[in-house]
Amino acid sequence: MEIILSIAIGVMTSCGVWLILRPRTYQVIIGLSMLSYAVNLFIFGVGGVKTNVPPILSDDAVASRLADPVPQALVLTAIVIGFATTALFLVVLLASRGLTGTDHVDGRGEKR
Amino acid sequence: MTAWSHHLIIAPILIPLVAAAILLFIEERQRVAKAMVGLVSVLLLLAVAIVLFGIESGPNDYEGVYLLGNWSAPFGIVLVLDGLSALMLLLTAILAVAALVYSLARWHAMGAHFHSMFQLLLMGVNGAFLTGDLFNLFVFFEVMLAASYGLLLHGSGPLRVKAGMHYIAVNLAAALLFLIGVSLIYGTAGTLNMADLAARIPDIEPDRRMLMEAGAGVLGIAFLIKAGMWPLCFWLPTAYSAASAPVAGIFAILSKLGIYVILRLTMLLFDSGPSAGFGSTFLLYGGLATLIFGTIGVLASQALGRLAGFSVLVSSGTLLMVLGINDGAVSSGALLYLVSSTLTISAFFMLIELVERSQDAGANVLAVTMEAYGDADDEEPEESDGVTMPGTMAILGTCFAMCAILLSGLPPLSGFIAKFAMLSAMMGTGAIGVPPTIAVWTLIILVILSGVASLISMTRAGIRTFWTSLEGTVPRVLVIEIVPVMMLLALTLALTIQANSAIQYMDTTIRTLSNPSLYIDAVRDAVVIPGVDSGLEVEGH
Repeated sequence: MEIILSIAIGVMTSCGVWLILRPRTYQVIIGLSMLSYAVNLFIFGVGGVKTNVPPILSDDAVASRLADPVPQALVLTAIVIGFATTALFLVVLLASRGLTGTDHVDGRGEKR
Repeated sequence: MTAWSHHLIIAPILIPLVAAAILLFIEERQRVAKAMVGLVSVLLLLAVAIVLFGIESGPNDYEGVYLLGNWSAPFGIVLVLDGLSALMLLLTAILAVAALVYSLARWHAMGAHFHSMFQLLLMGVNGAFLTGDLFNLFVFFEVMLAASYGLLLHGSGPLRVKAGMHYIAVNLAAALLFLIGVSLIYGTAGTLNMADLAARIPDIEPDRRMLMEAGAGVLGIAFLIKAGMWPLCFWLPTAYSAASAPVAGIFAILSKLGIYVILRLTMLLFDSGPSAGFGSTFLLYGGLATLIFGTIGVLASQALGRLAGFSVLVSSGTLLMVLGINDGAVSSGALLYLVSSTLTISAFFMLIELVERSQDAGANVLAVTMEAYGDADDEEPEESDGVTMPGTMAILGTCFAMCAILLSGLPPLSGFIAKFAMLSAMMGTGAIGVPPTIAVWTLIILVILSGVASLISMTRAGIRTFWTSLEGTVPRVLVIEIVPVMMLLALTLALTIQANSAIQYMDTTIRTLSNPSLYIDAVRDAVVIPGVDSGLEVEGH
C-alpha cells in the first residue's frame, strides 16, 4: 500500500513539475493541480497509511485501529484552498488570453 | 490584564473580517459608504494595535495567549501576542491607514471590490502575525495571498495581468511547499502548535530528526520565496512595480511577513538541542546573495517602480543575513531597520506614482535612450532665470529626498540609526564584544555598498525627475494623496527622535524571543476560562 501511494505521489509530482515549467498557461495550471493532488496525498501519508479504520476515539479503541484525524483535517483545508486558488488562476489565465491574444505565460509568442 | 483587553488580541483579525463582510453588501456605486467602512476599520485597527503595543511595551513581560474556542493549548489553536507580533501589528495598521487614505483619491474606484480585498489582506497579515499554530499560519497566509492576487490585479491592464499571473503561479507553488513542510513536521514531531513543537524538537529521535529538519527547510523555502531571497526573488520587482500605488504600499509588509515567520520559527524552534542554529549559514549566504542581487538591481533600474522593487530586495537581503548571524544586539538593530525600511519603501511606492504623473508614458523609455546616446538637448541649455518652483514639486521633491536619505541610510533619519545599530553590533563594539569573522566583514562592506548604490540610483532618478523634466508639467496631486506619504516619512522622523526608546523596545523583544521557554510556558500554562463550554462534550467522560 505504501509503495503504491509513494509511486503515485512521485509520478504526479514529477508530471506537475514538468508541466509548470512549460510555456503555455494551460499546462501550468494542470501542473499546479497535479502538484496539489500529490501534496494532498502526501499529507495523508504522514499520518500513517491505514485502511478501513475510523479516526474516532471511543472507549474500546486501540491505537493500531485508529486513523490520525489531524492530517485528514489538514487535507480538507488544503483541498478547499487549492480549489479556490485554482479557480482564481483560471480567471487570470483567461484575462491574460483576452488581453494579449496568446496563451504564452509571458504574453509573447506567435498569435494564434 | 483585564478581561476586555484580553479579548482585544483577536480584534486585529475580527475587525477587518467583519468590515470585509459588510463591504460585500454595499453596492459598488456607493463609493463613499465603502470608503467610510474601510476607513473606520483601519482606524479601529490602528487604535487596537496601539493599545496592544502599549501593553507589550509596558513594564511586565506579558505574553498574551488567546485560546480560540476555549480549548487548551496543544489541542486547540492559540493566538499569541508578544513584543514582536505587537510591533508588526502596529506597523501593518500604520501602513494600512496610509495606503487606504491614499487609495481614496482615485485608485479605489479603478475596479471592483478593492475595499473588501484590502480588508481581507489585512486580516490575513494580522492573523499570520498573531497565530501560534503552523497550520493556522498556512490558512492566514492563504487568506492574505488570495486577497493579494486580487489586489495586484486591481486596475487591470496587460502589464498587471502578466505580472499577476507570474505572482500567482509562484505563490501557488510556494503554498504547496508550505504544505509539504508542515506535513513533514507534523509527521515527525506529532504537533503543529509552535510552542509544543519547540518543546518537543530537542527530544526527537535522531532517525526522525533529519526528516524534521527537511520539513523545516522546505517550510523555510516557502517563506523565503515571500521574503524574496535570491534566487527565489525574480518575480518580486516586476510584481511590486506593476501593482497600483496603494497596493504596492501595503505589499511592503508582505515581504516582511516572510522575514517575521523565519525570525519567529528559527528563534523558537532551533534555539537549543541538537538542531540549534539550523539553517543559519544558509540564511547568512542567501541574504548575502540577495543583497548583492538587490544592489545590482538598484543600480541598473531606470524606472522608479523597479528601483523600489529592488530596494525591497536590498532590505530583505540585509534582514536575512542578520537572521543568519543570529546575535541579539545585531537582531535588535535589524528590527529597527525592518520598521524603518518598511515605512520608507511603502512611502516610496506611493510617492513614485505621484512623481511619475508629471511624465508621460514614454518618458522612461526616453530617459534610457537619453542616457545611452547622450543628452539630446545638451547644446541648448534652457534660459530659466528665476522660475518660481511650484509648491507641489517642492513637497514631492522633499519627500523624494527623504526617501533617498532613508533608503541609503544617511544621517539624520532612522535609516542611518538602524544601520548604525546593526553595523556597530556586527563590528563587536555592541553588547557582545566578539571580533567579527571574514563573512561578517563582507556583510558590513556589502551593507555600506548597498547604501551607496541606493544613493547613486536615487540621486540619478531624482535629478532626472525633478531637475531635467522633459516637459514642465506640474502633476496634479490631491492633498489626501500626499498626506499619507508625509505621514509615513514623519513617522521615520519620530523614530529617529525616539531612537533610544525604540532600540530599548527592540532589545527587550529580542531578549524575550531568545528565551523560547517564556513563549512555551506562556502557551502551555494558558488556562481555559472556567464555566465556559468548549462547545463539544466528550462523550463518556
